[in-house]
Amino acid sequence: MNDTYELRSGETHIEVHKFFPGAIIAVTIAALVLQASFPVYFPRLEILDLPLLVTIYFGLSRRNPSTGLLLAMVIGLSQDALSGPTVPLGFYGIAKTIVGYLASSIGARLDTEHPAARFALIMAFFVVQQATLGVIRRLLLAGEPEAWLNAHLAIGAAVNALLGTLLFLALDRLRRSS
Amino acid sequence: MVAIPSKRKSLALLGGVLLAQVLLLAVQIKRDSRGRLLRVWAVSGASPFERGAAWGFGRVRGVWNHYFALQNTSRENEALRVENDALKLTITQLQSRASEADRLAALLNFRQAHQEVPMLGARVIAGSAGTASRTIEIDRGERDGVRRNMPVITPDGAVGKVIEVFRDAAQVLLLTDKDGGAGAMLVQSRIQSPVGGTGEPTLVMKYVAADDTVTVGEQVVTSGMDKIFPRDVPVGTVIEVKAGSPFKQIRVRPAAKLDRLEEVIVLLTQQPLEFKKEAETQTGAQESAPVTENPASGKTAATEKP
Repeated sequence: MNDTYELRSGETHIEVHKFFPGAIIAVTIAALVLQASFPVYFPRLEILDLPLLVTIYFGLSRRNPSTGLLLAMVIGLSQDALSGPTVPLGFYGIAKTIVGYLASSIGARLDTEHPAARFALIMAFFVVQQATLGVIRRLLLAGEPEAWLNAHLAIGAAVNALLGTLLFLALDRLRRSS
Repeated sequence: MVAIPSKRKSLALLGGVLLAQVLLLAVQIKRDSRGRLLRVWAVSGASPFERGAAWGFGRVRGVWNHYFALQNTSRENEALRVENDALKLTITQLQSRASEADRLAALLNFRQAHQEVPMLGARVIAGSAGTASRTIEIDRGERDGVRRNMPVITPDGAVGKVIEVFRDAAQVLLLTDKDGGAGAMLVQSRIQSPVGGTGEPTLVMKYVAADDTVTVGEQVVTSGMDKIFPRDVPVGTVIEVKAGSPFKQIRVRPAAKLDRLEEVIVLLTQQPLEFKKEAETQTGAQESAPVTENPASGKTAATEKP
């Protein structure tokens, strides 16, 4: 099988990228560990969501909704497990599964290689994740209603989008050339 | 060339995966929140990496402090570059060591001042992996005698309680977590009421009646009524009091620096401690108000002395 191949949808030709062996696992573990370690040393970086960025990147690159949502589910459940017993398993899992599915579905239809497109998509997916978390908190965990659509959300989306755009350029180097 | 994955197939998979996780959530909500095997595996597996990351960050920060920061300074002081670099390098190293020595000395002094109280020093090796909870992970676990519900403090005041214990690590729920809190008491008025977290940096004191008098700046200490913290551990300072019905809305700034914890103390007992704070002297000057139990709410309330 070729390392890089094409999806043909209508008249659009979109590359599906493969990665070096172990790259996805290594990047995922690194993102989870850094996410748990960052707040201890840099409290202001708590706003970053590295597991989300990794979920979006591999979703957009692999462009297969099934594998995208399964990888996202694993990342989300791992983040749940590392967030302490007060966060039930499935909280981040559900949100990341939805984001992973959407990212890989969009990746299969659009060219998402341009930094501007990536920036916009990361912002959108950050908002989708926060909205999903808000719904889960409200409906499944019987939490108090919270105003989540605020300046903090906008700042979080912009910061994650900025970092994500740069991070994606670095992660592109892990792709196997065709 | 590969075929485009069936949209219906992937949608069905999405539905199945989401349903499974919703069921997983439902099961957890109904059950007591005891540690699950997945958490034990995840934390046990991640702990070595987190220790490695903690070590790596320490190294990177050291290199940054000891070299790059001085390089920037040297550009601004070209004429004295060599001498300046050497001096500032030394100063930075000494400041870093002094800062760490101060923190460790504070812990040591605290421990020596309370030799009769069994306690354990611990280093913070990780925080929460998401913003939904306020927890930290420490490098002490079951092998060191740490158990669930043990109180965690710093020489500044209360931090939280142990909620999960693993072989060589433990997770601590901070007071500022939405599920965190402690039985507390206002030092001057002797009003007892629990304080709890909201996920924000400040705490909220609940169930203080609207007609009770609470002043901004008043110290808050633990009451010992939660059967977790010993009495008189500093919790924080009242920073805002708003009228409300039937209860006042009181915000409390934590005494411990909960967003910058590097070393903590796990108390292995509920034996009372004596904190040498100004709060203590105020305490001595006040007489205790009678404490009554509200059978309807199950909360402890205090009545003002006439």
